[in-house]
Amino acid sequence: MALLRELVAGMRDFLANAGAMSRFFARVLVISPSGFLRPRLIVDQVYNAGALSLAIIMTSGLFVGMVMGLQGHDLLARIGSEESLGIGAALTLLKELGPVVTALLFAGRAGTALASEIGLMRATDQLSAMEIMAVDPMRRVVLPRFLGGVISMPLLVAIFVAISIYGVQLIGVQYFGIDQGQFWSEMRSSVEIEDVREGLIKGFVFGVACSLIAVYEGYNADPTAEGVGRATTRTVVISAVSTLVLDYIVTAILL
Amino acid sequence: MRQSRAIDVSTGLFVLLGLVAIVFLVTQISNREFSLTETSFRLKAQYENIGGLKVGAPVKMAGVTIGRVEDISYDMKLLKAIVTMRIDKRYNEIPNDSDASIFTAGLLGGQYIGVSPGGSEEYFKDGDQFQFVQDAIVLENLISKYLFSQADKAAADKNSSAGASATAEPAPAPKE
Amino acid sequence: MNQASPAAGPGSGADTRNIAALHGVHYAVDDKVVFDGLDIEIRRGEVTAIMGPSGTGKTTLLRLITGQIRADAGSVIVDGLDVAKLPMRDLYALRRRMGMLFQNGALFTDIDVFENVAFPLREHARLPERLVRTLVLTKLHAVGLRGAAHLLPQQLSGGMARRVALARSIVMDPDILIYDEPFAGLDPISMGVVMRLIRSLNDALGISSIVVTHDVQEISHIADVSYILSEGRVMASGSPTELRDHPSPLVHQFIEGLADGPVPFHYPAPDYREQLLAQHEGA
Repeated sequence: MALLRELVAGMRDFLANAGAMSRFFARVLVISPSGFLRPRLIVDQVYNAGALSLAIIMTSGLFVGMVMGLQGHDLLARIGSEESLGIGAALTLLKELGPVVTALLFAGRAGTALASEIGLMRATDQLSAMEIMAVDPMRRVVLPRFLGGVISMPLLVAIFVAISIYGVQLIGVQYFGIDQGQFWSEMRSSVEIEDVREGLIKGFVFGVACSLIAVYEGYNADPTAEGVGRATTRTVVISAVSTLVLDYIVTAILL
Repeated sequence: MRQSRAIDVSTGLFVLLGLVAIVFLVTQISNREFSLTETSFRLKAQYENIGGLKVGAPVKMAGVTIGRVEDISYDMKLLKAIVTMRIDKRYNEIPNDSDASIFTAGLLGGQYIGVSPGGSEEYFKDGDQFQFVQDAIVLENLISKYLFSQADKAAADKNSSAGASATAEPAPAPKE
Repeated sequence: MNQASPAAGPGSGADTRNIAALHGVHYAVDDKVVFDGLDIEIRRGEVTAIMGPSGTGKTTLLRLITGQIRADAGSVIVDGLDVAKLPMRDLYALRRRMGMLFQNGALFTDIDVFENVAFPLREHARLPERLVRTLVLTKLHAVGLRGAAHLLPQQLSGGMARRVALARSIVMDPDILIYDEPFAGLDPISMGVVMRLIRSLNDALGISSIVVTHDVQEISHIADVSYILSEGRVMASGSPTELRDHPSPLVHQFIEGLADGPVPFHYPAPDYREQLLAQHEGA
C-alpha cells in the first residue's frame, strides 16, 4: 500500500517534471531564432561544449574503435569472414555506438559543466542581477548554451566515428593483417550515405535532448551548493536515460 | 580580447575538424564516390541470375579490386540482368575474352564480381561487354537441387527393392 | 531621458513625493504568510532603510519592487506605474531605471571587472568602444577601483566585489538604487567605505536609495527614513532619532540588539524542568 502510494507520488513528480521541462523547451524554441542575432555568444558556447570536449571524445573514440577491432575480429574469425570487419564496425559505429557513446560523454563533460555553471549563476544571484538589469537570462545565458550544444553534438559524433574507424583499422589492418584495400572497399560497398545521415540525425537529436536537460536542470537548480550538486547529478542521469530511450525511438522511425 | 581570439581559433579548429570528419564519412566510408568517374571506363555483362549482387559491389581480378558495380537493370527483351561496371583506368589491359563470375565473399559475405583473364591479345574498351559469364550461385537452388537428387535416388532405391509403384504421393522425403 | 520616455509617461508626474509606494501588500509562499498588509513609501532623493529581524521577508520586498514576483493583494507602485500590471516590455523598461546591489555582489564570474561594469551598456546600447571605456572607468573611479579593472571577480575581496557591483548598478544612471544587505560580512573599513558610497552616490547622482539591512548602527548614520518590519507588517517607521525614542519594546530590543525581549531567546519549547525529568524517567 505504502509502495503503491510512493509509486503514484513518483509518477506525479515525473509528470510535473516532464511538463515543466516541455514548457521550458517550448520557450527556448520560441526564442531560438533570436539567438543567432548574437553569434559571438554562440561561438563561445560551441567552444565550451565542443572544442573543450574534443580531447575526451577523440581519446574515447580511438579506444572504442580499437576494442571493436579486437572483438570484431575475434567474432568474425570464428565464421571465417574477417574481411567483413570494416562493414560491421562502420555500421555499428555510425548507426549506434558513435551517437550514443558521444552523447553519454557529452552529458558527462559538457552537460554537467553547463548545469553547474548555470546553477552557480542562479545560486550567486547572477541570473537575478541580469533580470534587474533588464536582461533576460533565458536569452542571454540559456539560449546560447543550448544552441552551442546542439551545434557541437553532430560534429562531435562525426569526429568520434571517424576516429573510431581509424582505431578499428589500426587493429584490423595493422595488427591482424586484414588487407588494407579490402577493408576499405568492403566497408564502402556496404555503407550507404543514409547510414551516415542516420548517425548525424541521432547526434542532432541527442544534442538537443542533452543540452536542454543540462540548461533546464541548471536554470531550475536550488540556489544552494547542494542544489547545484544535485542538478549536475540529475543532468547526467536524465541525459543518459533519455539518450537510450530516444535512441530506440529514432531508430524505430528511421529504419 | 586576446582571450576571445584564442577561443575563436580553437572553436574554428573544432568546427573544421567536425566538417572534415563528416566529409570523410561521406566520401571514404560510404559508397558515394566522386573520384572514380573521371578515371574509369565501363564494362557490361548479362546474367541469368545475379543473386544478391548490389550496386557498389567490388569487381575483382585475382582478388584485387579493380572497379565497382555501377548499375544493375533488367532487360525485358533479353530477359536477363544487365550489370554495368566501372573499372579503374589503371586496369585497361584486360583481355577481351575474360569471364566475369559472381562470387560470394566468405560463407555469408556480400557478393562480388570476379574477373578471370582470358588469353586474347586484345583488350576491353569502354562500353564493351563480357561474353563469358557465370551466374551467381544461389544457395536455395543449390540446396533444392541436392535435395531433389537425394529424393530421386531414394525413390529409385525403393522402386528397385520393393517394387512399389511410384505414385503421386511424394516420397517420404529426404532422410538427409 | 527617463522623464521624457513614453513608458514613464502616464505615471511620472503622478506622484512627485514618492518614487515608490506599497499599499496593503499581501504575499504568501504556500501557506506561510510573508506580508500581511504592508504599507511603505519611498521618497524621492532620500535613503530609505528597511530593517527587521531575519526571516521577515526583506529580500522578498525587493523582489516585489523590481517585479520579479507579484503580490497576492495590494499595489506596488514604482514611479507611478503599477509593477504587477505592467507587460513584460514595460517592466523591462522600468527595470533599466533601477539598479540593484546584491548581497554578495552577484558579479559575473567569467568576465573581468571592466566587462562586468560594461555589461549593461553592451546589452542595452550600441556605443562606440571609446565611450564605453570612458563610462566604465568613470564609474569605477567613483567607487575607487579604476586600478582593478583587469581583475577577475574571484581575485577581489568581499568589499571590493561589492563596490564593483555598485559601479555596475550605476553605470546606466538609474533613478532608484536598491541595496540588499550591503554590509553583510564586511570588515569595518569596507563597511565604512560602502556606507559613505551609498550616501554620496545618492546625493551626487540625485537618485533614491532603498537599503535592506539589519545593521542598525551603520544605517542610522546615513538613512533619512527607516522602516522596521515584523510579522508581515511595518512595526515602526521614522528617522533614526525617532526610532531610538520609540516606545515599543520590540523596537527597543531590535535597535539595541538585546538578546531577550519580545522576540524571545528561546524557541518555543515545553517546560525545561519537566522535559528533563521526563527524559530521566523514560530512561
